[in-house]
Amino acid sequence: MQPDPTPAPAGKTPPSGKTLPEVMLSVRGVKKVYQTDGGDIEAVRNLTFDLRPGELACLVGPSGSGKTTLLKCISGLMAPTAGEVLLDGKRVSGPPKKMAVVFQEYGRSLFPWMRVRENVELPLKNQGVPKAERDTLVDEALEAVGLSHVPRSYPWQLSGGMQQRVAIARAIAYQPEVLLMDEPFAAVDAQTRADLEDLIRVVWKKLGVTVLFVTHDIDESVYLGERVIILSSSPTVVQEDIVIDLPDERDQLNTRALPRFTELRHHVYEQIQLAKKGHRPAAAGSTTA
Amino acid sequence: MSSDDPASGGPAPSAGRDRRPVRRLPAKQLLGLAGIVGFLATWELIPRLGLIDERYLPPASEVILALVRDFGLTAFWISVGETMAAWFLGLIIAVALAVLLGFVIGSSDFLRKATNSTVEFLRPIPSVALIPLAVLLFGVKIESSLMLITYAAFWQVLIQVLYGVADVDMVANNTAKTYGLGRMARIRYVVFPTALPYLMTGVRLAATVALVLAITAELVIGSPGLGREIALAQSGGAISGMYALVLATGLIGVLINVLMRSIEKKTLSWHSSVRSEVIV
Repeated sequence: MQPDPTPAPAGKTPPSGKTLPEVMLSVRGVKKVYQTDGGDIEAVRNLTFDLRPGELACLVGPSGSGKTTLLKCISGLMAPTAGEVLLDGKRVSGPPKKMAVVFQEYGRSLFPWMRVRENVELPLKNQGVPKAERDTLVDEALEAVGLSHVPRSYPWQLSGGMQQRVAIARAIAYQPEVLLMDEPFAAVDAQTRADLEDLIRVVWKKLGVTVLFVTHDIDESVYLGERVIILSSSPTVVQEDIVIDLPDERDQLNTRALPRFTELRHHVYEQIQLAKKGHRPAAAGSTTA
Repeated sequence: MSSDDPASGGPAPSAGRDRRPVRRLPAKQLLGLAGIVGFLATWELIPRLGLIDERYLPPASEVILALVRDFGLTAFWISVGETMAAWFLGLIIAVALAVLLGFVIGSSDFLRKATNSTVEFLRPIPSVALIPLAVLLFGVKIESSLMLITYAAFWQVLIQVLYGVADVDMVANNTAKTYGLGRMARIRYVVFPTALPYLMTGVRLAATVALVLAITAELVIGSPGLGREIALAQSGGAISGMYALVLATGLIGVLINVLMRSIEKKTLSWHSSVRSEVIV
């Protein structure tokens, strides 16, 4: 069975009353070539996909498929060689205000010289959010990730999973419209990881934020996403874009035991294996030199 | 003693438990103290046994007595004040300049490359080589000392700040960028805290070097302070007095180091070098 690669944008009702655009994040023909002494390296060839407002999409690909490169282009940390990224219709040329990024390396992403609370508060402080409002936002964010008991701790006094929660709280408090996550759970243990996955689903539902979740873990992508975008191996194109038609209420035991979960997982796995072998989707095949 | 403990019954174990950490803690200090006592005893014996003539090396007891006498003299404290004033001012100027330049140079790849060879050329010039120049420019005033102190201390701090600024973590910096922190905000919240441990090391090293240069300048140029007093004591034949003043400069050096360490510990409580460290 081949699910429709372009789902109708009617899926989720936006949380706020105002009319939202049909596309929140648009990646149009993004290409990235690194210039090195050893010659040019084409990390990303031609990537195009759209995210609807409030969508939770997972991006999977074999290692070295340019996931991190793509994320840097989307978050405005790096300019693509060709193509463009549009956020809410506006071209991304630097880190956009409506976007937050959660990095894999929580230990380096959190500032060790600041306490948990100060870490979460910093982006708001920098934006000039008044103190009272800041306090409310930080409290709510820490509450949402279940860390309201450690605001005075330093990040390095916490476990890895808790540190990543702090990073997530910082992203929540920032009130982004798009949340990018770059393999956020790759460095935490399996049990913590399951908890954090559920946390992401809860936060996503509560905030109605658009999430692009990059992972190399196939199970994780199927469990978390409403949609999985599979990347080819480098130079990267979209290998396949599938809808995850699992029930909206997910839980670690039952969802993962569903026959449909196994099917989807199987399918994504096959596609990744194909990608590793150098198979390319028909549309992009013609561009291969 | 281990056989006594279980036999002594009731109150003994608790008393032993109370005593043990107390006994273990000062062991290091006791050993240090023993070292000092041993050193002083050797010093005392060498002139007393006539190994070295007392005229050149007075016994420790005599020197310490002279030092204690100095403590009671206003003139001594004025000299200490003069030395410390030159030390402090020179250090402050050096740190301020080095921090400013370090951050400016360090945050630009172009400036870093452009200044690297100049820094490496100027840095090894010994500050004392500038004494004739200092005298030419300022005479025997405090400015001469300041110039030498500042020159020597400046490089210590600058080099450390340059390393510190270069040590900024890419992920931390990218995080700050994605959360909309501009250049100045990143310097304040990311670059400065990253460079702070390096800066503190630089300041601690510079503080010691600054004291050396302060004393040197006073000795050689004759600007007011402990160094000049040492020279005067020597030429006046007050050998014990001279040794006492040398001892005083040593004590000042120790105090400066202790002070710097405690400041470092307070400001860097979050840093891995401090947070894992057992108090020394």
